[in-house]
Amino acid sequence: MHSRRDELLAILVILPSIVLLAIFVYAFIGQSIKASVTDWGQQAALSLNPEIHRVGIQNYKDLFTGFLGMRFRQDLTSMIFFTALFVVVALAVGLGLATLIDHLVWGEAVFRTIFLFPMSLSFVVTGTIWRWLLQPRGGINQLPAVIGLPAGQFLWLSSREQRLAFDWAALPHYACWMLAITLAVLAWANLRRVRPKTARMQAVGAAALAVLAMSGIARRLAILDFPEIHGFNVAIWGVVIAAVWQQSGYTMALYLAGLRTIPDELREAARVDGASRFQIYRFVELPMLTPITVSAVVILGHIALKIFDLIFAMAGPDHAPTSVPAITMFLKTFRGNEFAVGSAIGVVLLVLVSLLIIPYVATSFREGGDQ
Amino acid sequence: MPAKGATRLFVQALAVLLAMVYLIPVYMTIVTSLKSPEEISHLAAWSLPASADWSSYSTAFRKFAPYLKNSFVLATAATLLSASMGAINGYVMSKYPFPGSRVVMPLIVFGMFIPYQSILVPLFQFLQKARLYGGLPGLIVVHVVYGLPITTLLFRSFYAEIPDELLGAARIDGAGFAGIFRYLVLPLSGPPFLVVGIWQFTQIWNEFLFAVTLARPDAQPITVALANLAGGQAVSWNLPMAGSVLAALPTVAIYVLLGRYFVRGLLAGALKG
Repeated sequence: MHSRRDELLAILVILPSIVLLAIFVYAFIGQSIKASVTDWGQQAALSLNPEIHRVGIQNYKDLFTGFLGMRFRQDLTSMIFFTALFVVVALAVGLGLATLIDHLVWGEAVFRTIFLFPMSLSFVVTGTIWRWLLQPRGGINQLPAVIGLPAGQFLWLSSREQRLAFDWAALPHYACWMLAITLAVLAWANLRRVRPKTARMQAVGAAALAVLAMSGIARRLAILDFPEIHGFNVAIWGVVIAAVWQQSGYTMALYLAGLRTIPDELREAARVDGASRFQIYRFVELPMLTPITVSAVVILGHIALKIFDLIFAMAGPDHAPTSVPAITMFLKTFRGNEFAVGSAIGVVLLVLVSLLIIPYVATSFREGGDQ
Repeated sequence: MPAKGATRLFVQALAVLLAMVYLIPVYMTIVTSLKSPEEISHLAAWSLPASADWSSYSTAFRKFAPYLKNSFVLATAATLLSASMGAINGYVMSKYPFPGSRVVMPLIVFGMFIPYQSILVPLFQFLQKARLYGGLPGLIVVHVVYGLPITTLLFRSFYAEIPDELLGAARIDGAGFAGIFRYLVLPLSGPPFLVVGIWQFTQIWNEFLFAVTLARPDAQPITVALANLAGGQAVSWNLPMAGSVLAALPTVAIYVLLGRYFVRGLLAGALKG
């Protein structure tokens, strides 16, 4: 129905954008991967015609198992704890706020505006403000003193305390246990759904892995020559609070939009069937919000994996207890001129984010059909 | 649905309480920014200033004026360019799909989710080779290109709502690809341009990673200036707090005045929302 000329014109006008993105996204990712398997860094970084050698996956090996990669490994651990805490807390708070606002009799617009406004701030502004609020001897810690209670003592961003410590060298051992437990749970679920064959296979797998783990063989597969303790830096809590303050309004808006699209007939039907208000919320409204939760987990998750500005502003790039890979990438690349290592960290981040984003983008566009 | 009976009061009271909690950082920021440096202490952080001292704002403004200007130039130029290109792309994607466009679209959208750390080194090199490194033009190019996925996506979903019959009618009247865009689609594009414009302006104004790695000191946007000021050890807290207010003012003003459009951009960014 379109004329040939118009079809050609359409391709012609969108071509510049496609070419730009092909270069700036895909070609650059390719170049990063290429750079990450070289020794490009130090003096070579600054010379005009640097002598660069290919070193294979040495940079990745160093990051995950090398002696100097210790900071990166703690960063990775911190990032995973931060992501988990941030996503869970932001979802819970957002859902709570949306439910609350949905039940308001008056003032909905005002409250919505208040809860959502931090979204319009930059992470740098949020970080600067919370840096002041989380000063160990002032701010939030001083709040109880305002009403005469003893002041808080928690070292929000500067604490060196570590919880849930684990040995990085024994990661295969932990992975073995985790796989065994997952398989056991799956087997149990399949048994209950009367799928004995699958259940039996999974149970055998779980048992085998458990034996492997208990026998100590998995422990011998240490990926480091030395024990190295990492864990959850409690200083991360400060970052989580600031991030939740800024982003929970977003989950609230998502959930609220979701609640508003649930047709009233559904609630009415449940009411006719004798459901209480709480039952309607629990068995009608919440299940309808599941797709929103999936979207929110992906969006918040990828923000958390990339988190950089907030930590930079709250604690600075040199503060190890709150550091994450994105910060170390910045330091390695732009302070240390270690372009190869910086690229390798960037690629690791890309892989992690892709695990979350690619299925999400793929399904969104498949479901949407031609829309 | 609104609560009934006794829970009504409880719900309202809880909302007021939570709103106060959310406004704690605002209170602290404003109170601190209005104190004189001598008056600032950890122990009395929550108390009101003896008298409002606005000098932090004038000092912060003097310090930040060039960076605020950089941010304005950067955000305005990059927003206009990326929104215009996004409008054309969205028009093509929704009304003139070409062979392979269904594969191209997710590939474009993926570009808005990538961690920019994974392209930062080649980007840095590219800008240096193109003699764009360090200045505002380079930053504008970067923000336009990485803004294309979201602007294309937003315009595409807006334009999808324009009925194809309308385009067909225009075509019968003799309008072609350009004519339909100019006389039919563009006049309907007010709201999408507002949503996309607000979204892009806010994003670019608030951006930090490109700003801190790709701009020389004289071209740095406000986010970098603020982080540098607050990261310095010797500064007393009234200045970073006043600076935060200045850095936040444009985007907060947009949000308060045009919140409806801001939220639409926010929800559309979640693909399915």
